[in-house]
Amino acid sequence: MKDYFYLIPIAFGLGLTALTAFMWSLKAGQYDDLDGAAERILHEETDAPIRTTQPGR
Amino acid sequence: MGCCGSEAELTAALPEARSSDEEVLLASRIVADGMRQADLSVPTMHCGACVRTIEKALGGLAGVQSARANLSTKRVTVRWHFDDGPPPFVKTLSRAGFEAYLFDVESDKEDGALSELIRALAVAGFASSNIMLLSVSIWSGAEADTRDLFHWLSMTIALPALAYSGRIFFRSGWRALRHGRTNMDVPISLGVLLAFGMSVYETVQHGPHAYFDASISLLFFLLIGRTLDYMMRERARLAVRSLVQLAARGAFVVQADGTQVYLPVEEILPGMSIMLGAGERVPVDATVSKGDSELDVALVSGESVPLRATVGSTVRAGTLNLTGPLTLVATAKAGNSFLAEMIRMMEAAEQGRSGYRRIADRAAALYAPVVHVAAFLTFIGWMVATGDLHNAITIAIAVLIITCPCALGLAVPIVQVMAAQRLFKNGIMVKDGSSIERLAEIDAVIFDKTGTLTSAAPRLVSAEHIDSASLSLAAALALHSRHPYSQALVEAAAGLAPSPVVFDDITEQAGFGLQAQSGATVYRLGKPSWALASPESIVGAASVALTQNGQWMTGFCFEDKLRTDAAVAVVKLKQSGLRVEIVSGDRKEPVGLVAGALSVPYRSGVTPNEKVARIKALSAAGQKVFMVGDGLNDTPALGAAHASMAPASASDVGRCAADFVFLRQSLLAIPLAVSVAREARRLIRQNLALAVAYNVVAVPIAIMGLVTPLIAAVAMSGSSILVVANALRLKGGEGIAASAAPGTISAAAILEAAE
Repeated sequence: MKDYFYLIPIAFGLGLTALTAFMWSLKAGQYDDLDGAAERILHEETDAPIRTTQPGR
Repeated sequence: MGCCGSEAELTAALPEARSSDEEVLLASRIVADGMRQADLSVPTMHCGACVRTIEKALGGLAGVQSARANLSTKRVTVRWHFDDGPPPFVKTLSRAGFEAYLFDVESDKEDGALSELIRALAVAGFASSNIMLLSVSIWSGAEADTRDLFHWLSMTIALPALAYSGRIFFRSGWRALRHGRTNMDVPISLGVLLAFGMSVYETVQHGPHAYFDASISLLFFLLIGRTLDYMMRERARLAVRSLVQLAARGAFVVQADGTQVYLPVEEILPGMSIMLGAGERVPVDATVSKGDSELDVALVSGESVPLRATVGSTVRAGTLNLTGPLTLVATAKAGNSFLAEMIRMMEAAEQGRSGYRRIADRAAALYAPVVHVAAFLTFIGWMVATGDLHNAITIAIAVLIITCPCALGLAVPIVQVMAAQRLFKNGIMVKDGSSIERLAEIDAVIFDKTGTLTSAAPRLVSAEHIDSASLSLAAALALHSRHPYSQALVEAAAGLAPSPVVFDDITEQAGFGLQAQSGATVYRLGKPSWALASPESIVGAASVALTQNGQWMTGFCFEDKLRTDAAVAVVKLKQSGLRVEIVSGDRKEPVGLVAGALSVPYRSGVTPNEKVARIKALSAAGQKVFMVGDGLNDTPALGAAHASMAPASASDVGRCAADFVFLRQSLLAIPLAVSVAREARRLIRQNLALAVAYNVVAVPIAIMGLVTPLIAAVAMSGSSILVVANALRLKGGEGIAASAAPGTISAAAILEAAE
């Protein structure tokens, strides 16, 4: 049993990574326009979001 | 924008608005060196192609650095270099086929509560999943050493999560306690904190049972409900806010030296001279010092026919100048204008209903004491029976954990979120959950007439019987006027071949009509007595005549257009046992005609104060009133009513005062909202019953001391899932059926009668 304890920090680390990634994406405004993002994939131009409405977030 | 056809009815509901360069500047802000940013609301933005068209159109303007459309909020953010005034955003967008309105960035201060909730939810989700993983191995019978280690690990994860995610509940619960009240957050906070505290003690003592998983997953479930609830309100708030701003932002004021300056409304003082163009709204109460025009007062007093304004007339803030330019002298500051007075009356009226307590709070007020007494009695009972202090405390805390109102906390918000979702799909915005609860209780519906039961715009009667050459000639003339009759003519002539007649000179005489020259021929379109050379040659009861050199060509009749499905909506409301009546500020004849067509009782010529008095009288008789209205004069009544609703075309204040705002033309929104609210109430009651039933089963088990962390986790998740599943049943059901016949009142009458 104790041989497998090394899995615990790995699992914990993975979870923490996911949490950090989510927090980052939230802060980067990736959830500001969910409907628009779904449509923009169909546009041909390269398309980068601009940081606009909520600079504080 | 073929894809946007379904939104056409929304556009039709929105009145005309105009944004001058000065208004754009007032509503924008400086974001970087030499760079300004403004937000425009584009309610008809509907699909990817719209996004692209808008961004391309705006991005191509000189000086524009970037334009980004947000399809979810239907807004466009534009940044431009402000050396030489703002580019023509609104004009460009209207050329591209989109109506755009300025969106006030200043008043859109985010309170950040939503992102706080989402972050708390993410942390709680992370922590509860990790602790659950550890707990599963403990439940599966881990050895004592492993179990202790896992308890320590769980505690390390749980402590920061509890501090971060739990503070939302702790804060609210503490605030309630400090004011000597109790709400749902008090038992939640107490349960979570005690569970955590006891688990820490168990961990330190190497005990077998720790409830870290229960306390954190409880937070997680409750935060889901809290976040959904908040998102619902936020979305409605945004949608309502991005509708047209009807109040004037500012006006051109003539200085002593004759120059004109654009001043914000707040800075206009009595005595100042204001230049008001056609199509602009009167910024403050004033008198006319020069000019002759007609004013659309529908939103202010409820009268459907435009009023004439000449030198010496008093004009009220919020009315719309239709025909000619006016010079006004301000008589009141913005803070003392009609608009501000209405807001004050509304606030006074709203205090009457602040006594309403939400179902969840009422449940919590009963629930919390019962639970806490039960836990205390359990403790006493076990102390008396065994004398083992540790054991008695453990069991008492287990009772608190198992009764922690997880399902109860979800029972109400989840139903309201589903109800709001369904209303949203049918074009109805809900301000918050308590409005849904209040709407389910109503016994009477009071309608305003102008703009609510009827559309603001009149309609041409029997257009198909008018010969198309005359009609297109009249429309070509009418194109030059903002008078509602003219716009009805233009609308009726849409699709006809354009008139071959070319006009040289067109003038509009306020109160009479339009006159045009074509070579030696003089055409007149307007009041028959004015347009005809000899008044005795008037034919029929037409309210507008088209004449050629004083000779009769055609007459036009207009009627008040009932909103789509007004009749069906009223019948449905009556069928569901509600008393319906019309209370309008308009004159007796037009109100009587509408009321007759719908066969409901009515009151006409009612002042804003009398509307409130009528609602108070009904409330005193034990009736709960639902007010549906759009005008400034309805605002106090919207505030006084038990629940209220306004169309999207309502005045800004009216829209903000109402609990519900419907975006589409059809009045079927009202019976639909009532039935959804009633269904929601039924589901809320079922959910509360389910939560209580769960407690009836679980509490005896807890009191007997048989609860383990495993049972607690299973019971809590199970009851939450049950409650959510029950709420999901609201998702189905029919929406607003397609409207049948357009409900118009026969006979030319209403507007005629009013004249």
